[in-house]
Amino acid sequence: MGKKIGVFVCHCGTNISATVDVEKVAEEAKKKYPGVSYATTYKYMCSDPGQKLLRDKIAEEGLTGVVVAACSPKMHERTFRNAAVKTGLNPYQVEVSNIREQCSWVHQDKAQGTEKSIDLVRMMTEKTRKDRSLEAIKVPVTKRALVIGGGIAGIQAALDIADGGNEVILVEKDASIGGHMAQLSETFPTLDCSQCILTPRMVEVAQHDNITLYTWSEVESVGGYIGNFNVKIRKKARAVDLDLCTGCSSCWQVCPSKKIKSEFDTGLGNRTAIYIPFPQAIPSKPVIDKEHCLLYRDARKKNIPPEESKVCRKCYDVCPIAPVKAIDYAQEDEIVEVKVGAIVVATGYKELPNNVYGEYGKGKYKDVITGLQFERLASASGPTEGEIRRPSDGKEPEIIVFIQCVGSRDPAKGCSYCSKTCCMYTAKHTMLYKHKVHHGHAFVFYIDIRCGGKNYEEFSLRAIEEEGATYLRGRVSRIYKKGEKLVVLGADTLTGSQVEIEADMVVLASAMKAQDDADVVARTLSIQYDKDRFFSELHPKLRPVESSNAGIFLAGACQGPKDIPETVAQASGAAAKVMALLSSDQLEREPVIAKVDRLPPPVFSTCIGCFYCQRVCPYGAIEQEEIKARDGSVIKTVARVNEGLCQGCGLCAATCRSKSVELAGFTDEQVFAEINSVEFN
Amino acid sequence: MKIGYYPGCAITKGSSSEEYGTSVMRVSKVIGPEIEEIPDWSCCGASSAHATNHKLSTALSVRNLSLAEKHEYKEILAPCPMCSQRLIISQKDVQEDAVLKREVEDAIEMPCGTKVKVSNYLEIVKNYYMDEIKQKIKKTAKGFKVACYYGCLLVRPPKVLKFDDPEDPQSMDEIVRAIGAEPIEWEFKTNCCGGGFTLSRTDVVVKLTNDILEGAEEAGAHAIAVACPMCHANLDMRQKKIEKEYKRKFNIPIVYISELIGLALGLGPIGLGLDKHFVDTKSVVDAYT
Repeated sequence: MGKKIGVFVCHCGTNISATVDVEKVAEEAKKKYPGVSYATTYKYMCSDPGQKLLRDKIAEEGLTGVVVAACSPKMHERTFRNAAVKTGLNPYQVEVSNIREQCSWVHQDKAQGTEKSIDLVRMMTEKTRKDRSLEAIKVPVTKRALVIGGGIAGIQAALDIADGGNEVILVEKDASIGGHMAQLSETFPTLDCSQCILTPRMVEVAQHDNITLYTWSEVESVGGYIGNFNVKIRKKARAVDLDLCTGCSSCWQVCPSKKIKSEFDTGLGNRTAIYIPFPQAIPSKPVIDKEHCLLYRDARKKNIPPEESKVCRKCYDVCPIAPVKAIDYAQEDEIVEVKVGAIVVATGYKELPNNVYGEYGKGKYKDVITGLQFERLASASGPTEGEIRRPSDGKEPEIIVFIQCVGSRDPAKGCSYCSKTCCMYTAKHTMLYKHKVHHGHAFVFYIDIRCGGKNYEEFSLRAIEEEGATYLRGRVSRIYKKGEKLVVLGADTLTGSQVEIEADMVVLASAMKAQDDADVVARTLSIQYDKDRFFSELHPKLRPVESSNAGIFLAGACQGPKDIPETVAQASGAAAKVMALLSSDQLEREPVIAKVDRLPPPVFSTCIGCFYCQRVCPYGAIEQEEIKARDGSVIKTVARVNEGLCQGCGLCAATCRSKSVELAGFTDEQVFAEINSVEFN
Repeated sequence: MKIGYYPGCAITKGSSSEEYGTSVMRVSKVIGPEIEEIPDWSCCGASSAHATNHKLSTALSVRNLSLAEKHEYKEILAPCPMCSQRLIISQKDVQEDAVLKREVEDAIEMPCGTKVKVSNYLEIVKNYYMDEIKQKIKKTAKGFKVACYYGCLLVRPPKVLKFDDPEDPQSMDEIVRAIGAEPIEWEFKTNCCGGGFTLSRTDVVVKLTNDILEGAEEAGAHAIAVACPMCHANLDMRQKKIEKEYKRKFNIPIVYISELIGLALGLGPIGLGLDKHFVDTKSVVDAYT
């Protein structure tokens, strides 16, 4: 029996009807198209009455297929399909023909627009005639989440998900969680102490029943798909047994290598070879830096296992746990395999180092520091215990020049984007400086002041009006050393004059960049990243926390420059998405996916096993499958589509040389029917 | 290796910076390259043509490239950085603009020379003759501190010239090290000396030159090495004027890098043109033993 198709042409107010004769489109459809038993127009098909019209007519006319000629299917396909479901019609028997974006919006001539609309509706009618009913695919869900990165974004997301009653695994590559936020002194715009607000959250993570914390660990590989990811985590050997260690601090007090540049103190302070990154570290248990540890260096030199080296062993000897010691030189990397249903990526950012700009000394001058280094100088837990002293000779700087947009908004150095946080943190730095060095003077070179956030503008004005920072609009062309002073050559573009300042210290508001290994992480997770290597969200406005891989969500500065409030908000957003995903036992997925033909014996499959499809598949959804004879011998290897991973993009179907892959809802038969309807009309 | 030699107006015989040209020639006889003056070369249009008429200046430069290709040179040495820059930029312009290329070809009545490679003197030495220098070196100047001054033209615009770091170039420093002197760290390597305003705004030039000399002196330089006739003229000639205006006596010899190489190779100072400078170069000659 042939299909009874109804055509519903939408006016979209005057959006469509001004340039397309909608009545004529409906008339043509009813008169000329085979299979069309009903056609009408309506002012707003997506409105409630419009949908009711659709439902009523399906029932009254006994329609078995529907074409709605309206806007892009991206907008309302789901609306019309859902309406059809209420009448008992399979949603995949409903198609949308886009006569707005493709006709009325791009044509000025009504006759032309109408003619093209008629063609488009005819094409969709032909396709609909060949539509088959499709059923949603159901996949089970593992109710556990993985959070990658233990900065404030990861911490917030992990806590939210765990508070929602789900298990969370938090993986952090450093020895402690806390990330960059733990390095900051005070935070804008309230000037509250960063560690004071962060460390309670870190403690919560450590003590939460639902959170398993892996520090000094990295995600090695991710397989599987939404609801069913298989993750391998590498727990790097710390050389310290976390269960035995009590964090008593004896070991790092006796360590003889005391002059290693501390990463946490941005190179301004020192640490030992066995160390915890900072006093509030979670877990408060040390790790041995094998690059610098005398014992490990000796072992490498002599090419012997570290436990056999007799060079130092001071930390081992002093460890008070008896009879077994917590220090374990023989410890090796361990791989943990876990199954999770959802993943939150919160791998954060990297600060542009100060050796990029040749004109600013390329890192030659000790007193030209980055914003993060200034944070450490101003921080009570930093190398100077919060006193502002310049790194070269420990003197109190009387004139500091702050330079904004260093690396940001500068395509020549690779970051054309605005780093968003620098205007605010520079304003904060001038305040912190003035609060500590009352007679000091702060100059700020800026391009624009961009302070878009609640109480942000007021904050930066406070730096100028109350704290007396001198803001100069213009770039700095050069910094050079003259005796003990740094001469800063710049321009004041508001007065049109050149400026020359002899400063004691220069602070660069360095750009926020993507992590060095962001592309590797993206490949591990099969998610997309942009030209600056920040991870891409699925839709910049409406799906800001989802990645291009279903079930993987983004939080914080790994997606783009962000300040703390924004990061936390996005992390909570990601957590909400994860909880929604984990709340059901089974996931329903769109059935519009690819399928490799697998006929019953003796044909088995037309697939020739070239696996071109596997190469082009961006989602890793093509697997290899062996077709075996009864005796177990392999007849041939063919491709198989993993239903959980397939996103229905159709690349495999287009690439297949033997025409063995078909995309449900877009079969060759349907696509050719569409083309033929125009070609042979 | 045979290389086409493009002296340009400033360093050709009888011009203001004749000693640069002579020293390059003399040094080339010892270490190479084998250089031959491009027959019938003309002005590259650097001084004023490129500011007044784009097509004219391009044609002037490209004409020389075309002549070089006609005489089958694969590479040109243009010791003056203004010349080498103009030649390279003009070559790029005709490579990228088919219309301009046709117009230039009409004007010079020759096919455009788009393939020949143009190099400045530092590039040639650094790329081909560092080993040669190390082998043939006869004298060294141990402890003689040289400030390498690249000026603005040698390394800029970086996207076109693709030669060395535009903010912190190193090639001249390496050459100075190779010829047994000591290159110093200083801040004015690539600062502008004001060459373009040498006649119209002498006051500005005097200040800029003063800054450069002051920077070199503070960094402890015994001499400044240059590879540009304009830089040389400004730094060498203006020291008297600075003395009058800033009441500062520098007396820092300004020498061409080719002259320094020549001294290290044991060539005589007069033949290298070291007697033709405003500031006495005796201290430099004496340093090489």
